[in-house]
Amino acid sequence: MSDRIDSFSRRKFLATTALGAVAATIAMPSVLRAQGAGVKLGVLHPVTGALSYSGQQGRLGATLAIEEINAAGGIKALGGAKIEPVLGDAQSTPEGGNAEVEKMNSAGVAAIVGGYASSICLAVSQAAARYDLPYVVDVGVADNIVTRGLKNTFRFGPGFGVIAKTALNNLVAINNQAGKPAKTVMIVHEDSLFGSGLAKLLNAQLPQQGFQILETIPHPTPTRDFNNVVLKIKAQNPDIVIPANYYNEYVLVARTMQQQHVRPKGIYSVLGGAASSYKFVKEFPDAAKYIMDCNHWFDPRNPKALALKKKVEEKGQFYTYEVYMNYSCVLLVADAIGRAASADRAKVTAALESSTFAGHVMPYGPTKFVNGQNQGAAPVNTQVLDNDIKVILPPAFANGKPVFPMPA
Amino acid sequence: MLSPAILIPAILNGLLTGAVYALVALGLTLIYGVLHIINFAHGALLSVALFAAFFAYQALGLDPYLAIILLAPGFFAFGYGLQRFVIGPASHGDDRNMLLITLAIAIILENALLYAFRADTRTIDVPYAFETIDFGFTFLAVPRVIGFGAVFIVALLLWLIMGWTDIGKAIRAVAKEKLGAELVGIDVAHVYAVTFGLGTACVAIAACLLIPTYYLNPHVGNAFVLIAFTIVVLGGMGSVPGALVGGLVIGVIESLSGLILGESLGQIGIFLLFIAVLLVRPSGLFGARA
Repeated sequence: MSDRIDSFSRRKFLATTALGAVAATIAMPSVLRAQGAGVKLGVLHPVTGALSYSGQQGRLGATLAIEEINAAGGIKALGGAKIEPVLGDAQSTPEGGNAEVEKMNSAGVAAIVGGYASSICLAVSQAAARYDLPYVVDVGVADNIVTRGLKNTFRFGPGFGVIAKTALNNLVAINNQAGKPAKTVMIVHEDSLFGSGLAKLLNAQLPQQGFQILETIPHPTPTRDFNNVVLKIKAQNPDIVIPANYYNEYVLVARTMQQQHVRPKGIYSVLGGAASSYKFVKEFPDAAKYIMDCNHWFDPRNPKALALKKKVEEKGQFYTYEVYMNYSCVLLVADAIGRAASADRAKVTAALESSTFAGHVMPYGPTKFVNGQNQGAAPVNTQVLDNDIKVILPPAFANGKPVFPMPA
Repeated sequence: MLSPAILIPAILNGLLTGAVYALVALGLTLIYGVLHIINFAHGALLSVALFAAFFAYQALGLDPYLAIILLAPGFFAFGYGLQRFVIGPASHGDDRNMLLITLAIAIILENALLYAFRADTRTIDVPYAFETIDFGFTFLAVPRVIGFGAVFIVALLLWLIMGWTDIGKAIRAVAKEKLGAELVGIDVAHVYAVTFGLGTACVAIAACLLIPTYYLNPHVGNAFVLIAFTIVVLGGMGSVPGALVGGLVIGVIESLSGLILGESLGQIGIFLLFIAVLLVRPSGLFGARA
């Protein structure tokens, strides 16, 4: 295995240095030409393969933002230069992401936005760093994306550590507010990095907050049948069930629980695959009712976010987090290019570092990057109420009140 | 932990899941066991059938169980055509060619679905999807119980076709002695195509039984195919009762090993059993001794 990687990277190194030399000579004049001409922006998502739905949603958000910027007169500091998207497909693999970075670099992009999955973001950030190419992570929550000291990498959204901490605090807050009806918890998680990492963290933290964890049940992705898992839940009758899995499995768990008449006091998820998905709520309103989630979400009080929602829904698409996160990231980059008044990579990177961008649609605090991580980024808590998804915490962005415990 | 209150429902659930595995395997056992085509396209055909059932419901308002009447003959014709005009002529009678051609068909079908419908996961919401039968000690989902019954009817029909009709006899003759069958005047190309068509029709019925409680996306069929191959070998190549019993056994084993070892390791049980059976009975549970 290590042999393969070594030879791969050696070959790749030779290829990329050669490419880089060529790209540098090509990129130079294109930077000079950038005034008045277009600014190229890499839009990189996994639009085919296992993650293709999320990737396509991400691409939609990014291209909508680019269309809006161009329709409003392009980047004014560059004489109204239009943003030209260079679309890339990571094919749901880190290698696919790497290959696209090479192509985008040769195409002379000023920056790259996207990645989606943590594994792709890790690979892309590293590949982009070789060319000092500014890279804005759209979703990827793994903490080490921004803790490896890469100067080119910026994450506008929250990382896993912040999300998990917020989720725990909010769970305790909701439970306290309701008079502490919940004491026992069961966790159902998928067995890769995301679910297992979360389960480990919850197992360490929840007991300190006075919760007893009855059982932690891992399962693979895909899992076709959750009857056994739900039987176990039924037998132990926990107050709260915490599912941590991707969309299909999340829906199956919720549907099977409904089918087996399992009604805990609450279903609470952290980055739940379907918990804050309009698609799930629309297709299975009964199974989705009252489910709470701590996840990425738009600011429901921001008119721009609601206008975008309308636009996306008019296209017949669901307004998922990939859409508004990519939309916001593209606006962030366009703002940085405008302030840098240049498509020069070093200048754009510097402009991102000092960004205080506020024109996005997320429920975040003031934008401030420290080591590439936006300190204002935070998840919110949502709950499925009245066949809609409402923000219930934090109060500053809430448009609904938590209903807990679930009415029978 | 493993009280009967969990154990018995788990076994029942395993049987219900196993029945659908069995139906997918029935289609495969005909194609694989009789024609010796390692049909990699079986999973992709299942995905296509799920999409067909999905659109029959969404566009025509056709209940999935009624859609069987439409889809089973439709997919029979599709399978017949596929074998008669694509796989048969293109393979020139070489097993290795067949393997590559079915693989190519699988790739084409999956990507066509991906291109046409994107990778989005879809579900349908039939009114009875959440209805359960209360047995006192457990709830069983109505659609899964219906599916269980339907699988037995299909298996019975297939068994009757194979045993008592001319085409069934011809299929068995071709499977045993292709040259001999040709010499006594059996149209081998036609028999191959009919068998492939029957196998594909089984997949279409399986799709209609699955869709009320399951989801679909262009890759969904793959999850069933490895298990179906296991069942075919376990039950004995080409054996209808073998596929049925094999499917039920695999369903229960998967359910129980999932319960005991954890869902992540549930499939270990299947393959341990598989190896054990092959060591003791290499021709499978119901296979003729070589």
